[in-house]
Amino acid sequence: MKAPDILYECPQTVAEAVALLSDDGRFCQPLAGGQSLMPMMHLRLAQPEVLIDLNALAELDFIEQVDDTIHVGSMVRYTTLLNSELIRRHVPLMSLSLPHVAHSAVRNRGTIGGSTALADPAAEMPAVLKALNAVIVAVSQSGPREISADDFFQGIYETALGDDELVHSIKFPAATDQQRFGFYELARRHGDYAMAGVAVSAQSINPYTGLRIIFFGVADQPLRATGAEAALEGSMFKDEPAILEAQNALPADEFTGDVGVSVDTKVQLAKVVLKRALLAM
Amino acid sequence: MSGPLHKFDQPNSYIGRSVERPDASRLVEGEGCYVDDLQLPRMTHAAFVRSQYAHANIKSVNVDAARALAGVVAVFTAGEINAEVSPYVGTLTHLQGLRSPPQLPMADRVALWQGEPIVMVVAQSRAVAEDACEQVRVEYEPLDAMVSARQALDNDKARIHPELDSNTAWVKDVDAGDVSAAFSKSDVTVVERTFQFGRHTGVTVEPRSTVVEFNRSDNTLVFHYSGQAPHMMQAIIARHLDFPEENIRVIARDVGGSFGIKIHTYGDEIATAVAAKLLRRPVKFIADRLESFTTDIHARDHRIDGKIGIDREGKIVALEIDDLTGIGPYSMYPRTSAIECNQILNLTGAPYDIENYRARGTVVFQNKNMMCQYRAVGHPVAMAVCDSLLEEAASEIDMDVVEIRRRNLISDDAYPCTSASGMKFADLSHQKSLQRLVEMMRYDQLRKDQVELRKAGIYRGIGLVSMVEVTNPSPMFYGVGGAPISAQDGATVRLDAAGALHVSCSITESGQGTNTILAQIAAEVFGVDIKRVKVTTGDTAHVPYGGGTWASRGAGIGGESVLLASDALKSQVLEVAASILQTTPDTLQIERGVVVSSADGSEKISLDELGRIVYYRGNELPAGVNAELIATRHYKVSDFPFVFTNGAMAAQVEVDIETGFIKVLDFWVVEDCGRVINPKLVDEQIRGGVVQGIGGALYEECLYDDDGQYLNATMADYLVPMAGEMPDIHIEHVETPTSTSTLGAKGAGEAGTGGAPAAILNAVNDALRPLEASIFQMPMTPERVLNALRVS
Ligand SMILES: Cc1cc2nc3c(=O)[nH]c(=O)nc-3n(C[C@H](O)[C@H](O)[C@H](O)COP(=O)(O)OP(=O)(O)OC[C@H]3O[C@@H](n4cnc5c(N)ncnc54)[C@H](O)[C@@H]3O)c2cc1C
Repeated sequence: MKAPDILYECPQTVAEAVALLSDDGRFCQPLAGGQSLMPMMHLRLAQPEVLIDLNALAELDFIEQVDDTIHVGSMVRYTTLLNSELIRRHVPLMSLSLPHVAHSAVRNRGTIGGSTALADPAAEMPAVLKALNAVIVAVSQSGPREISADDFFQGIYETALGDDELVHSIKFPAATDQQRFGFYELARRHGDYAMAGVAVSAQSINPYTGLRIIFFGVADQPLRATGAEAALEGSMFKDEPAILEAQNALPADEFTGDVGVSVDTKVQLAKVVLKRALLAM
Repeated sequence: MSGPLHKFDQPNSYIGRSVERPDASRLVEGEGCYVDDLQLPRMTHAAFVRSQYAHANIKSVNVDAARALAGVVAVFTAGEINAEVSPYVGTLTHLQGLRSPPQLPMADRVALWQGEPIVMVVAQSRAVAEDACEQVRVEYEPLDAMVSARQALDNDKARIHPELDSNTAWVKDVDAGDVSAAFSKSDVTVVERTFQFGRHTGVTVEPRSTVVEFNRSDNTLVFHYSGQAPHMMQAIIARHLDFPEENIRVIARDVGGSFGIKIHTYGDEIATAVAAKLLRRPVKFIADRLESFTTDIHARDHRIDGKIGIDREGKIVALEIDDLTGIGPYSMYPRTSAIECNQILNLTGAPYDIENYRARGTVVFQNKNMMCQYRAVGHPVAMAVCDSLLEEAASEIDMDVVEIRRRNLISDDAYPCTSASGMKFADLSHQKSLQRLVEMMRYDQLRKDQVELRKAGIYRGIGLVSMVEVTNPSPMFYGVGGAPISAQDGATVRLDAAGALHVSCSITESGQGTNTILAQIAAEVFGVDIKRVKVTTGDTAHVPYGGGTWASRGAGIGGESVLLASDALKSQVLEVAASILQTTPDTLQIERGVVVSSADGSEKISLDELGRIVYYRGNELPAGVNAELIATRHYKVSDFPFVFTNGAMAAQVEVDIETGFIKVLDFWVVEDCGRVINPKLVDEQIRGGVVQGIGGALYEECLYDDDGQYLNATMADYLVPMAGEMPDIHIEHVETPTSTSTLGAKGAGEAGTGGAPAAILNAVNDALRPLEASIFQMPMTPERVLNALRVS
């Protein structure tokens, strides 16, 4: 398990990086924290001809507040997010989810942009982005463009990102006083990818309004459960019949199994994580 | 000498104390030398093209493009490698009827499991070798794959080996007493269950690793390997590569875990030796994780129908098992793949007083990776089957699980005795161990808490196991059947001019602290500070001949050989000292590096002074004194086929009945491994073993699809328990020294792995019982637990 020889570039600016990326002749791949890409290269599942290392791009390493938006650069590491007061205060759902992402060694390297671009259907970040209605800022030589999380994630390792685009940053709406968030996941071992998990945001919870319920680890992408949202809309916090109705309104036909885990089990686990996330909001 | 030496119990002795490991800081600081750390001049790197199919004819192999790649040194087809090797057969004469076709390192015309090597590439780096592997074209004709043991057994027409009349490798029957009569008595409650045990594997941190050097001028081969049995490897390479045995040197330096994985004949390692010989250059082969999962031996894979009968008093009247196990396409050489089944037949029910016992074992070939001996061979299966049946039966007659054990465990004063399956037991303490366990875990309180918590919807379970562990094997294990596997071990102890002790011993260190306990034994028996003892293991050029490390034999057999050699050297040194001091040896003793008067402890001569006289100023020795400051002794167990360790263990688990997740909350172990040489090391062996047992019970499984494709060959998909999944493991000891040796040490390396799965299985079923659900399949994954709950 050794990667083949590849070319390595280490651009110093985003402009240089996207210029390199626009090379049509060669297959280029950006390298962020390397926590997914390096193993895939060694397994020869990923075989870039040119590796474009983003680690020198200080431009992409920022967390800032602009009015009602929290703007996070793609090269921000999980550990930095975990320790960020801005994130804790204004993007609490992210703070709830981060302890479930791998272990600290991985979190010290892994980046939010890497996880977003990778679009692993069992990963936490894509679900959080989608639950929060975040906006992904992509950049290429032709400039930036904004893509809503709903449109961004399209399938297993599939996104709306073009081959010549980088994830530049992600914009989160800052949480309001009325908003509440819930997060719950089931992983076989501490730090594993989820067998089933859910990220929930609500404009209010008593009564429930404006819910976004996003499951991860159960389908080919972060899966929004609009039926469950509708079942809860307007009912009061912890209302048992409403929660039961929501549990029974999951988009089960879109669920997929894993090795040794059937769709039935996934559905059962999804019901459980939904209930537990709702009760803890 | 026989019987325990009571001087071991003295307060300032080394034996029995948690002496720090002298090599720990070296390893922790990254100064260890593993095989991959070796960098030799002109060294090359190997990678293999492996069969993508579980069963396929190999129609053609084209290596032209691979050969042409820059940086490639050589590409060997299976035919080219196999031509240099005489076939090996994984059978032993004492496993009567076991059959397995001759085997060669690589697949030439037909591939019998996914992962079997087909082409070997040797290049200037492993990366280039892998590039070249991608250029090799193999044309396959896929054949039907026999994946499950049941499928292989039932399907005699689709034979894995056309030259055999069926896919069956071995059948063994045991029949003691009158089982049928016992089951049919009117007052007998009969419980029947079917158990399934998934395949798992050892997952060593350091993978299988080999560097082979060939020196043409003197026709010698140096085989550096990460392994446990240097002399066995030496014999195997000599036999099958046609070398004089003495021309092969096997070196096992630091070994990053072995667990029984690194004690077999692997085609890729043999091919590495062949390549080194053909190329006259050192060749390195380091298995990567993908290769580890698909080609390191797997273990378990048993389906067992079990049946127990108990009378109204809870006495076991009969036990019956029928084991079906699949071993892959061959029986592994030289230990064979029938041993696990054999152990299960030998050990099921072994802790209990059972007169009527019937067992059948059926071992079949399959198109999967080979199965062989992995830590606690057969034990987790045997213990889980019997102790689960026992707890199920206890619940049928409404008897407490501790009480039913008390009524059936062999009583502590009954030894020596022989079990229904013919196992000879001595010096065991089942009853006492159980009693200690119950006290340590506060059993009665736990039961009360359990009832309270159930009212709150929390499902906790408590499960126990009483177990034996096969340790310190005699030649009756392998040697008797014709394997080049030594059951004896030797030690040489030498005093040098500076008064330091050099110990070399034929057992090996694979991270468990072997070298430390050897130093403890030598320091104590001879009488020097442990800092002055240097231990060498793992090099056939430098250690006495012996078996190595397997079957929990290091301390009990290797340790005893060091004890005997140290004792002999001490006599020799005292004789020299007596002649220098003009007295008789019996008036002298050695204490902390000084020869002292045994009467009053006064210092007579230091060992360094004695060493200097002997080695530098021999002229000062009285005429006729022949000073030999070196002694060698060998030891094997001869009175018994094995020396058994016993233990009692318990687990407390919590089952989340909505998700099927199981959390092990606590684990308790009482073990009787005889003399405990180093409590800390023994405890860590037990803890590590328990964690591996938790792995087998809850997490670890080598998964194949119906076509024999391996599904979870990464550490992300094959789950081993990590720190977050480990409960507190509480340990106590009962010490009943074995009377077979002076040291009195039995083995302690495998009990945790052997017992933990049974305790956890019982605990889970105890938790599920109020829901009328049960599970008898390992690993107990959330999906399987949910299925059990859905059925109920
Ligand atoms: C042991 C272990 C456990 C893990 N457990 C979890 C877990 O529980 N949950 C979880 O979510 N993840 C887990 N991961 C994955 C980890 O979170 C990764 O860090 C993450 O998925 C990718 O982030 P990265 O910065 O390492 O990206 P990289 O590995 O560097 O890149 C990943 C992919 O994204 C692309 N990419 C990276 N940055 C950009 C960018 N700015 N623009 C465009 N493309 C880009 C790369 O080309 C590559 O295709 C685990 C990893 C390990 C090793």
